[in-house]
Amino acid sequence: MTATVSTVRQTTPPEPGGRPAGRAVTLRLGPVSARFRWRAVVVPVVASAVVVVLGALSLGRGDYPIGVGDVLRTLAGAGEQGQRFIVLDLRAPRILVGVLVGAALGLAGALFQTFARNPLASPDVLGITQGASVGAVAAITLSGGSSAGELLGGLGVPLAALAGALGAGALLFTLAWRSGLDGFRLVLVGIALWSAGQALTDWLLTGAQIHDASAAYVWITGSLNARSWDQAEPLLLSLAVLVPLALAAGRVLGVLQFGDDTARGLGVRVARAQGAVVVVAVLLVATAVAAAGPIAFVALIVPQVAVRLTGGSRPPLLASALCGAALVTGADLLTRTVLPEALPVGILTAAVGAPYLLWLLVRGRRTPA
Amino acid sequence: MTTSTPDAPPLSAPTSDGRVRLAAEGLRLAYDDRVVVEGLDLTLTDGSFTAIVGPNGCGKSTLLRALGRLLRPAAGRVLLDGRAIQRTPTRDVARALGLLPQTPVAPAGLTVADLVARGRHPHQSWLRQWSAEDEAVVAEALSWTDMGDLADRPVDELSGGQRQRAWISMALAQGTDLILLDEPTTYLDLSHQIDVLELVARLHAERGRTVVVVLHDLNLAARYAQRLVAMRDGVLVASGTPHEVLTEQLLADVFDLEARVVPDPVAGSPMVVPVRRLRR
Repeated sequence: MTATVSTVRQTTPPEPGGRPAGRAVTLRLGPVSARFRWRAVVVPVVASAVVVVLGALSLGRGDYPIGVGDVLRTLAGAGEQGQRFIVLDLRAPRILVGVLVGAALGLAGALFQTFARNPLASPDVLGITQGASVGAVAAITLSGGSSAGELLGGLGVPLAALAGALGAGALLFTLAWRSGLDGFRLVLVGIALWSAGQALTDWLLTGAQIHDASAAYVWITGSLNARSWDQAEPLLLSLAVLVPLALAAGRVLGVLQFGDDTARGLGVRVARAQGAVVVVAVLLVATAVAAAGPIAFVALIVPQVAVRLTGGSRPPLLASALCGAALVTGADLLTRTVLPEALPVGILTAAVGAPYLLWLLVRGRRTPA
Repeated sequence: MTTSTPDAPPLSAPTSDGRVRLAAEGLRLAYDDRVVVEGLDLTLTDGSFTAIVGPNGCGKSTLLRALGRLLRPAAGRVLLDGRAIQRTPTRDVARALGLLPQTPVAPAGLTVADLVARGRHPHQSWLRQWSAEDEAVVAEALSWTDMGDLADRPVDELSGGQRQRAWISMALAQGTDLILLDEPTTYLDLSHQIDVLELVARLHAERGRTVVVVLHDLNLAARYAQRLVAMRDGVLVASGTPHEVLTEQLLADVFDLEARVVPDPVAGSPMVVPVRRLRR
């Protein structure tokens, strides 16, 4: 069995407007073979390093700063009681939730955008996060009011949000499905669901007690405050299943991009593949939003940033996940350190992500979907 | 010549003695409740080059979609190598039959090389994503279609003619010996139409592909195809060699066209010179 790795020099296109495709690397080992673009390998590696550095910084930073040495000692199992509590029980799960939520949202955004061939097709626009908001706000504002409210309150905010997101996802799927899914129809149905969800949320908020409304509002913005292992563990478990499924869909996504007829002609069972992609994407969003609320813009912006970093014709899945993790971790670190008051992280992801995307759009000429 | 009125069962005449690769039996095709093709029988033999012609809306593209398993027949069936195509797994069909839709879309930014490489999808798996064979076949398809120099250019920046060559290159890389093309010359100027049809003719002559192509231009269809299939209102009206099919009577019956048919001074194939449209 021989392993071969070869690089192929791809020339820069002579015409203005074309982007250099970059070097490709081919990997062969017995019956296993794969081909990557170098940039599609480098970007995830760099993004992972950024996540690790930001996460490590984050462990030591906050109202009670801890030195790097103490952080490492604590992680290794030593360290004093108070520091152990702060690092392992307060900060580590919060940071982990941030990493996982960012990865899930980035990945889900990449799946939706590639599938719909539309950069607008993110779970924020498609009403799935809006569904989570309806569930969460209902649980916060209605608890104690009616029997339905009791039920929601007993469910807890995360489960109500999960139910809301899954409900919205199921509605989106059922209403958009017509012996297959059409990207354009999916976006239209999603926008309709989004508006309906927005109206429901507003209605719940206007009738709510002021302190309930305030708590609900923080949740709607998306926050990592007070996240513990209670959120981190289920999130870790569900992503352990969903992320490999999503990455496995990458090969088929590359063909689905050509439209139904071409994809079918190339041997893809289109309806089944579309259904699988959308179900995985909805589950990713639902679990992420249940843990941290609908952190704004991550799913919309990150895949577009990632595709501009890697090049190519569609948002890269792995790079989108890791860039999402880096964005949320970085934004959370900023909210807890530089900014005078602890803001919900969702405000910062939008404030940082949007200008960065605009910069990439102004700088680049081309806009792959 | 074999002609039939919409009432009588349509006849089909294989042009070569080869075995039947693709056949339609009593095909009825419909979109929802609207029947587009009714009671159609057709056989396509190995190594043949067939052009399907007919006026706009006669159902020729719909027929091609059904032959390529993109559309499930409302009645009747399509047989691929004697096996019902609807019962054949999608991937097996994709290894036997390649199909180029009318206006295929390439995602923005996708390079020609990547497009052609996608043609290998039916031969790949999650573990086997880019074998040495894939690489060799794609390189050969690019050079055979003269797309080698443009391999790193994004498809959406190419001219219409170059783009069509890239798609044909993908169909070649797919490695199927049956290729169906739906109006590959749409939106192309005359010299690029010739360029694309020459390439398709070479696929047939040099690469031994069995080719079925839907074409609008009767003169080009008569020049390149061995066999013409004429349709009107979802019914197969005539089938045979270009000389058998392209008669003044058929042009009147199928296209409502009064025309003279003269020998093409270059190729000798029948050439249609329109006189005027007939009102029915």
